[in-house]
Amino acid sequence: MVKITDSAINIEKLLVQVTKPESGAVNVFIGTTRNHSHGRKVTGLEYEAYMPMALKTLQELEQDAKARWGLHDVAIVHRVGKVHVGEASVFIAVSSAHRDEAYQASRFLIDQLKQVVPIWKREFFEDGTVEWSLQAHEQKTEIEA
Amino acid sequence: MKVRVKLFSIAKDLAGVDETVVEIPSGSSAETVLDQLIARNPRFVDWKPSLRLAVNQEYVRNGHLLSENDEVAVIPPVSGG
Repeated sequence: MVKITDSAINIEKLLVQVTKPESGAVNVFIGTTRNHSHGRKVTGLEYEAYMPMALKTLQELEQDAKARWGLHDVAIVHRVGKVHVGEASVFIAVSSAHRDEAYQASRFLIDQLKQVVPIWKREFFEDGTVEWSLQAHEQKTEIEA
Repeated sequence: MKVRVKLFSIAKDLAGVDETVVEIPSGSSAETVLDQLIARNPRFVDWKPSLRLAVNQEYVRNGHLLSENDEVAVIPPVSGG
């Protein structure tokens, strides 16, 4: 299941959905919005998506991960619109029989999401400036969300 | 021929609109759309190397040939997560 939403992510509900009777492992990654960026204080964030393509690329990633690691289920949810500091901007949960597959698939999904899914973040700084976050290509090896 | 162009993030700010239509010769490549945008606002030149293009919601190479009524999207570095 993939979804792009402008409301808060219901983490507990998603966890219940993803956990299957045959699962022995559920791995959850939650990306939250930081209050700082490159040493400057961030007071708010806003995400925009190229909706049809973002959904399509998320679905492709979901199918890839399911096929590669034999996952029982996948949930990927990304926020758009205003997101307050400290809130979840992205949620990824995967279930599998054993933990190795779940860990690997989770890492694959967030890394790929940050590379290919057409979603953009705008940061609102304390000094009143607003900037698009455009460093994504240089952050390939970082694990931060 | 005419193609629809969708603009996001910094590309939207540079163009001043989130959607536009460009008139280009039949058989033009996707890159032609970027050149049209540069003609409208020379500041696009600085961003050209980091802009990716998608046609009908699929990433394409700059040399991809366009068809009438294609939806071309200008994709600046993505920053989801």
